[in-house]
Amino acid sequence: MIELVRRLTDAFGVSGYEDQIRSVIRAEVEGLADEMRVDALGNLAVLRRGTGGGQKVMLAAHMDQIGLMVSHVDDRGYLWFTSIGYLYALACWGGQVRFADGTVGTVGLDGRVNPTKALPALRDMYVDVGATGRAEVKQKVGDVAVFSLPFVAQGDAWFASNMDDRIGCAVLVQLLRELRGQEITHDLYVVFTAQEEVGPRGAVVSAYAIDPDLAIAVDVTDTGDTPHASPPMEVHMGRGVAIKVQDSGMISHAGLNRRLMATADSAGVPYQLEVLQGGTTDAYSIQVSRQGIPTTALSLPSRYIHAPSQIVDRRDVEAAVALLRAFVSQPTCI
Amino acid sequence: MTELSDLLERLSNEFGPSGQERKVRTLIRDEISPHVDRVEVDALGNLLAYKQGTGPEPRLRVMLSAHMDEVGFMVTRIEKGGHLRLRLVGSIDKRVLLAKRVLIGEAQIPGVICSPPPHLQSAEQRVKVLDADTLAIDVGASSEKEAGAKVKVGDYGVLASRYVTLSADPRWPTVRGKAFDDRAGCSALISILGRSYPVDLIAAFTVQEEVGLRGARVAAYRAAPEAAFALEGTICDDTPAPEDEDRTAVTRMGDGPALTLMDRSVVSHPGMTRLLEAAAEAQGIKIQYKAPGLGSTDSGAIHLTRAGVPASVIGIPCRYIHSPASILNLDDLANTARLVAAALELISQQDLVRQG
Amino acid sequence: MDKSGIGELLRQLVSADGPSGSEEAVGSLVKELSGSFVDEARIDALGNTILRRAPRPQAAPAGRIMLAAHMDEIGLVVTRIDRGFLHIGKIGGVDPRLILGQTVTLYPSGPSSESYPDGLPGYIGSRPPHVLPLEERERVIPLQDLRVDLGLAPELVGSGFIRVGDRVAVSGPYTELLGGRIASKAMDNRASVAAMLGALGYLDSMTHSWEVYGVATSQEEIGLRGATAGAWAVAPDLAIAIDVTFAEQPGIDDSETIAMDQGPAIGWGPNLHPGIVRALRETADALEIPYVLDPQPGATGTDAWCIQITGQGIPTGLLSIPVRNMHSPVETVALSDIDRTARLLAAFIGRLDAEILNRLPEEV
Repeated sequence: MIELVRRLTDAFGVSGYEDQIRSVIRAEVEGLADEMRVDALGNLAVLRRGTGGGQKVMLAAHMDQIGLMVSHVDDRGYLWFTSIGYLYALACWGGQVRFADGTVGTVGLDGRVNPTKALPALRDMYVDVGATGRAEVKQKVGDVAVFSLPFVAQGDAWFASNMDDRIGCAVLVQLLRELRGQEITHDLYVVFTAQEEVGPRGAVVSAYAIDPDLAIAVDVTDTGDTPHASPPMEVHMGRGVAIKVQDSGMISHAGLNRRLMATADSAGVPYQLEVLQGGTTDAYSIQVSRQGIPTTALSLPSRYIHAPSQIVDRRDVEAAVALLRAFVSQPTCI
Repeated sequence: MTELSDLLERLSNEFGPSGQERKVRTLIRDEISPHVDRVEVDALGNLLAYKQGTGPEPRLRVMLSAHMDEVGFMVTRIEKGGHLRLRLVGSIDKRVLLAKRVLIGEAQIPGVICSPPPHLQSAEQRVKVLDADTLAIDVGASSEKEAGAKVKVGDYGVLASRYVTLSADPRWPTVRGKAFDDRAGCSALISILGRSYPVDLIAAFTVQEEVGLRGARVAAYRAAPEAAFALEGTICDDTPAPEDEDRTAVTRMGDGPALTLMDRSVVSHPGMTRLLEAAAEAQGIKIQYKAPGLGSTDSGAIHLTRAGVPASVIGIPCRYIHSPASILNLDDLANTARLVAAALELISQQDLVRQG
Repeated sequence: MDKSGIGELLRQLVSADGPSGSEEAVGSLVKELSGSFVDEARIDALGNTILRRAPRPQAAPAGRIMLAAHMDEIGLVVTRIDRGFLHIGKIGGVDPRLILGQTVTLYPSGPSSESYPDGLPGYIGSRPPHVLPLEERERVIPLQDLRVDLGLAPELVGSGFIRVGDRVAVSGPYTELLGGRIASKAMDNRASVAAMLGALGYLDSMTHSWEVYGVATSQEEIGLRGATAGAWAVAPDLAIAIDVTFAEQPGIDDSETIAMDQGPAIGWGPNLHPGIVRALRETADALEIPYVLDPQPGATGTDAWCIQITGQGIPTGLLSIPVRNMHSPVETVALSDIDRTARLLAAFIGRLDAEILNRLPEEV
């Protein structure tokens, strides 16, 4: 699975511009499903038909990561930008970004702003591609870039700039791999969604199109295991997949959560319960689609979400795959 | 050109804050009825016009939207002394409100927003920005009863500005008026409906964009289009900046229709962006790109309806939107209409496919 | 149905606990209390309780109206269990200042929690002033520094029957004050649920050609969630949301509030259909039910906001019942305002015919 995660975290894909990561995922799931569709927003929906008598189950993980878009190229070739999704100004300065064509740049700060006195704002920052004159700069307004450190596996800890949510995508690809050759009753709609970080948006239309009987989003969540973590949170890296009770946007379907917990208990999969006070997922959009859908999320505990170096624990990732596999292998899910 | 300018003048002068767009809708309905197959008014007051295409079946269903509403205010109280209190409808920069002329209710009763004489204010007070709910409107009444005979709590109001031509120079034709966001878009859309296209068109003149893209959402749900273009009067911040500041103007007046790559509500469908670029090239229309990350438009609501709609936004640069008056260049307006018309001639299913 | 009947509905409704996401107890109570007035009741995927009353006399409906009153209340959620004490987070707009010195009920959900079907009493205490420096006593304690004390042995608290995510309801018993006024927690929005059920009760002795859906919606306090899905499912021709609004009270500018005992407020603004406002006013005038027109220039912060833009759009109205001390355990309401709202709703529904649907497009 490490190589899968490496390939997925390596691929370029920011909200609204997921072409490259979508191709990579498509290649990964080739042969593992019966149908694939790309919709108007760029979601990649993969259908694995069941044997019948089961439910329409939607699983969603988002392909996009946060990033930035060039909004102005100044006379000297510095690239001023606007954020795509939520960027911490604190985590941008001095960082290295990569454009879709591979060009790299460093994020600099307007000299009139004094970072020792106050936190700089994104509007005071620009990307420097190392040019010494405007003519050398190929980038234009509208070009997009992401923070992009290479994937590193270090003991049980996996590092990348975009564990949010390439690790969720990896879980779903791995699930499809492990289900190969196995018969299940349910029609499994595995959706690699677009534009979560600016909405969620992709999941809104995907859920409408599929109209599932139940849905589970797979995304990252915060942990409470770092120094003076605030607010206090009981989720720790390494203690298993997190089952989301609520986050700042939605409250999970209690019955669905009870089924997941019972499944985890009988399959011996370690899990923890999650209350996240800042942030939400595709589940937020899916839950209120049409007449309402029983929805929850499985989360990978991750430290430093929306910062350039994000960490997840291999054991939690494996638990997520194991739980999903056990869950969809049941004749009825809800 | 005069036709487009006349249209814009009548639309700009008309009363239509978010929630009370009826008069604008009536004006538009009268203009477009001879050119479309049928019109509908829905539960929120959107005006939807359907125009069948001339091409062979199956024809693409394309929605074009422009919003009828303007930012304004609502009368919330009539005080004993006869003056009125207000709250804003949509977002206006509160700094522009002091000492402005207003029109209240469908009868358009004139009033003024009172302003404290500087002589009676301390230095400190004079640099404070006043919140909308501390302001008062004077309609000339001296008692609650006298005011109540002409206006009611709940009446909507707008800032009063009449349309004027600033420059008649054909190389730089400019006009000034209120509500160019989005009566400019409405004018362009009306003019587009003047002829036929290969594709089936749904022209949505929407309501309540300024209070949350409300009308567009239900209009799109009803019409279920396969592609959508929103026509907006958009941010134009091209006034001179300090010498040492190299900042974006967002759009520039006179540089033509502005394509949105990304605003706060939508990332435009790349295929539709390429289509617009191709149409501009084919017609020799100069275009610009709006600086990304600013503003929201009807496409933000439309693209998320049902199973998703490929959507894009074309903006007409307007200086000073959300203030009592805006300025625009009529060539930008005319070229926006031309650009969209050209895109409608070219658009096909191929443009709506995503790569990867 | 009469005013004292509505008082009894209210008393039972506010005595049930139902923070957003855990409305089951309230939903069941709504079903039970509406029993004889409705033909059908069901609970949907988001926890909305959807009641349906067919036209009387029985006939094909001339139209479908949806009433929406959210049944959830704000509350607290367990975020961490630490040495016998519970850390808490918000469910909805909880004011941390009001939580200090407050009794609560914890609803555990872990293994063996069935032994506590009515929950466990808890208290959110404050450290004695004697041990606190002066400036500390001037500071509002943020929610994340507060703890729920169940008074139980730490080993028991940590034994597994209490889990992260468990719901905590704030206590605020039904208290009769002078002048027909009542204080309780969850008047936001049980007062409106009582009005809605009261309306159905009044309708029970009337004829009406429209089919009526009464939806006790879920999860309004965290973002109008239940009503979004509920309105799509019910797909009414028009809808009226019932919620609470700010009643005049000492220390608050009266430009922001509505007087009590003057009847409901009828909302007016972009969120509300002018034709429905007109029809509500005409009904109220005909019955001599007092009301106030409430200017709402933008988002109303109620289920009406999401209902209006559901599907192809739904003509929507809003009735608001004035409540003092909103989002506190001592929310105070005038019973007369609830009764007047119920009677206005019933009368409005009774007067609905096929005509109104033709008029509405001309009035928007």
